[in-house]
Amino acid sequence: MTDTVDVRSGVYHDSVTLMQVSQQVRTTPGVTDALIGMGTELNLGLMRDGGFDVPGAAGPNDLVVALRGSDEGALGAGLARLEEVFAELRARSRRTGTAEEVAPRTVGSAAARSGANLALISTPGRHAVADALDAVRSGLSVMLFSDNVSVEDEIRLKDAAAAADVLVMGPDCGTAVVGGAYLGFANVTRPGRFGVVAASGTGAQQVMCLLDLAGEGVSHVLGLGGRDLSDAVGGRSAKQALRALAADEATEHVIIVSKPASPAVVEELTALAGELGVGVSWATLGRGLPDLTAATEVALTAAGGTVPEWPWWAAVEPRPAGEPGQGEHLRGLYCGGTLADEAMIITEEQLGPIASNIPLEGSPQVSGHEPLTGHAVIDFGDDELTQGRAHPMIDPSLRLEKIREQGTDATCGVLLLDLVLGHGSHPDPARELADAVSAARSAAREDGRQLPVVVALVGTESDPQGLKACAATLSQAGAQVHTSHAQAVRTALQLLARP
Amino acid sequence: MSTPTQEPLRGLLTRDPVVVAAGAELFSRTLREQAVPVTDVQWHPPLEGADEALARVLADPRLAEANALALERITSAEAQLVRVAPASELLGLEPGEFLHSGPPLTWERASGPMRGALVGAMIFEGLAATPQEAQEKLAGPDITLAPCHSRGAVGPMAGVISPSMWVFELHDPVHGTTSCCSLNEGLGKVLRYGAFDEEVQTRLAWMRDVLGPVLAEAVQAHGPVDVKAYLPQMLQMGDEGHNRNRSATLMFLRDLLPHIVRQDRSADDIAEVCRFVGANDHFALNLVMPACKLAMAAAKDIPGSSVVVTMARNGTDFGIQLAGTGEEWFTAPANTPEGLFLGSYGPEDANPDIGDSAITETAGMGGFVMAAAPAIVRLVGGDVAFALTTTRTMYEITLGEHPTLQVPVLEFRGAPVAIDATAVARTGVLPQINTGMAGRVAGTGQVGAGLVTPPAQVFVDALAALAQRVPAGTGHDEEGTA
Repeated sequence: MTDTVDVRSGVYHDSVTLMQVSQQVRTTPGVTDALIGMGTELNLGLMRDGGFDVPGAAGPNDLVVALRGSDEGALGAGLARLEEVFAELRARSRRTGTAEEVAPRTVGSAAARSGANLALISTPGRHAVADALDAVRSGLSVMLFSDNVSVEDEIRLKDAAAAADVLVMGPDCGTAVVGGAYLGFANVTRPGRFGVVAASGTGAQQVMCLLDLAGEGVSHVLGLGGRDLSDAVGGRSAKQALRALAADEATEHVIIVSKPASPAVVEELTALAGELGVGVSWATLGRGLPDLTAATEVALTAAGGTVPEWPWWAAVEPRPAGEPGQGEHLRGLYCGGTLADEAMIITEEQLGPIASNIPLEGSPQVSGHEPLTGHAVIDFGDDELTQGRAHPMIDPSLRLEKIREQGTDATCGVLLLDLVLGHGSHPDPARELADAVSAARSAAREDGRQLPVVVALVGTESDPQGLKACAATLSQAGAQVHTSHAQAVRTALQLLARP
Repeated sequence: MSTPTQEPLRGLLTRDPVVVAAGAELFSRTLREQAVPVTDVQWHPPLEGADEALARVLADPRLAEANALALERITSAEAQLVRVAPASELLGLEPGEFLHSGPPLTWERASGPMRGALVGAMIFEGLAATPQEAQEKLAGPDITLAPCHSRGAVGPMAGVISPSMWVFELHDPVHGTTSCCSLNEGLGKVLRYGAFDEEVQTRLAWMRDVLGPVLAEAVQAHGPVDVKAYLPQMLQMGDEGHNRNRSATLMFLRDLLPHIVRQDRSADDIAEVCRFVGANDHFALNLVMPACKLAMAAAKDIPGSSVVVTMARNGTDFGIQLAGTGEEWFTAPANTPEGLFLGSYGPEDANPDIGDSAITETAGMGGFVMAAAPAIVRLVGGDVAFALTTTRTMYEITLGEHPTLQVPVLEFRGAPVAIDATAVARTGVLPQINTGMAGRVAGTGQVGAGLVTPPAQVFVDALAALAQRVPAGTGHDEEGTA
């Protein structure tokens, strides 16, 4: 038998708590007696009666721990148990309370309460950095939806994240699927073996939906924010994402979807993938590069999958042949910026420069608010058109108005549209879009013209809105509907009357 | 117990996601529809004008470590009452020198109760025979005013300390600091609330001639009194240490009583000392305050720290100091408390917020642990639910939970301690202070008690000053404009 008596000043617990603590410590194997109490005369007397050698200096404001055990090892175990019990007490006091909790005011506070591992931050850009830093410091990965975050802040944030071994997806990241949770705007795809790393929101949605249509699925979709693969940011998040997916058992093949990326960063990531031994396909948007559909097909083939025929639906209302007075110009009205980019890349090969509010290099810049002339593709999700209103995937009114306007414009030869389904999007987007399409086509007919409409429908059957139901609604309204955006664009080109 | 993970990103890809959401409600609703656990942040834009400083301070790589050090020092500080003696001895006050509460102040800008207390102190020191004469001299060049805080001291309400007043001296053996505080006079017509008439003078003289010496001898006989140990016990006995100090007063009396009654003095004097201390529920306030001051003094001068180490008011201005900005005060006009009034007094009679007693809130006592003192809530005009909500809300602006100060009704959760100025600025949640209310007119005394918050601007200004001290090359790139 051996004893230990430990006097701790500056610690106070009430006597009931300490009796419970004593009882719990006594259950430690090898511990034969445990008296833990404040150093009151009564407690000190009990300890001395029990044969413990209590220092004379111990007073009522000191916590006295008297333990007896079979050997030193048992005493050590007893003391360790004591610390555990105190830690449990502290943890319990944080968890519970008798009345209503107050709402957490900061990300850090919410994280401490909930044991969260992920933060979804969509506060205004100039404040969002503080919130994201708070999350990173609390050990949370972050999906940062907010835009208007400077490159310097992005770099600082991503460096802090790397140091803390968490991932910052964003800023301006709209789509992610992590551990089965769909964050922001995301399609419900079946679980599968493809990991997606995306510096492009709607681009990622197109790829994940095509995978789903091919009978495959995604393990995770990790967004990066549109600037991650630039020279300045240097693929900071992409490298972390790639490492994590390489280590992930569910992921067999990684597809990196991005807007035009820095060649140096692409090279680095390709080398990193080689080191990690994980297969990587690139779906990078750019002139002369494969479109997203083609890139997805390459990835499917590389991973030993099958490329299906991408579903499409003809317009139910037939297009009468040989009607005169069709316009000559293509008009693309988009919700997804990446899809708008892809439309311009594909069409400019045949049509020459495409005017846009987000023009490709060397093409004319126009405002989305002005009447359209010539070939034009407008991104309604761009800042210019979302000032003071929600993203067109949530509030489509501005785009619907523009669609109707095209019906009365004799220069509009074909209308090219996208419709993105999934979590976060409008709950019934096809109905309103179909109405606008019908209205535009009726107006054109009244003027003695035909107006072909092609819709790229990005979605899956599991999405809350349902792919087939939406496709039916749109084709009933006279639109030809494609699940592959690239195919939709090429169809629009074929439908365009050229002199 | 957390186990170190070999998985990248802390296992992000293999665990079920648990999400914190701040911002657009749509996204958290969408997650809830998927049955993903989501905690929503009740987000609030930062205080007006704090954006730039916040960005710079939050990016300061020293911040986390500096604040952790501040918290560690605050919670590890001890407080022992070691001496009771005149202020001339313990604080080196010379005739004509007066300490007052809050940030620095001139006679011209002093409020009614501050003026009343200074007048009373002039008469008490024999420097003036009449209030008229006292005021003339106070307006002249021969009188020196300085904040109690500038000498490491604290004073409740007007907080006036003059050379002949006896003070408690508390010592922190952990950090080697010392703090002093006057002896508490009780409630009603008392000097610290700005009253100065005959009744006040008589009591002050008795405190100087009898109370001070008796307590001095008792403390000497007892040896150092562990005041820090009273604080957690107070919370378990329903006091919050600012407006309610009944338990510590009685614990103090219990400790000293054997050493008081044995003194070679008249039974009347001894009985009166015992009655005076025991009947004054606020007596221990003047022990709790310097104990809290020692905790906060331990955190002073930590470069980069955003911890608020001082909140104090002089009846005109509310001032704060940060751990990372040295002796600099950040001030703005003090708010007027809201609460309940004595007798027929009303809101128009109340002076703006006054006193160093907010040191208790700064150290995690007072309004911060109102949940521990449900009996206080009526006095300060609230209800029990309000008390619970207040304490819970204070966790949102503090760095940690005090290991020994515990709130029983919150399952003995540690008190919210170490106010983080960045958290105040980010959330807009202001520290809650329990306080007494002094009459606006000099000589009135106490008119009520209630609740008050600091003016938000002091946190904005303090953060701006802290941001200027962030070394170049860290944080944002623009240079400070100091």
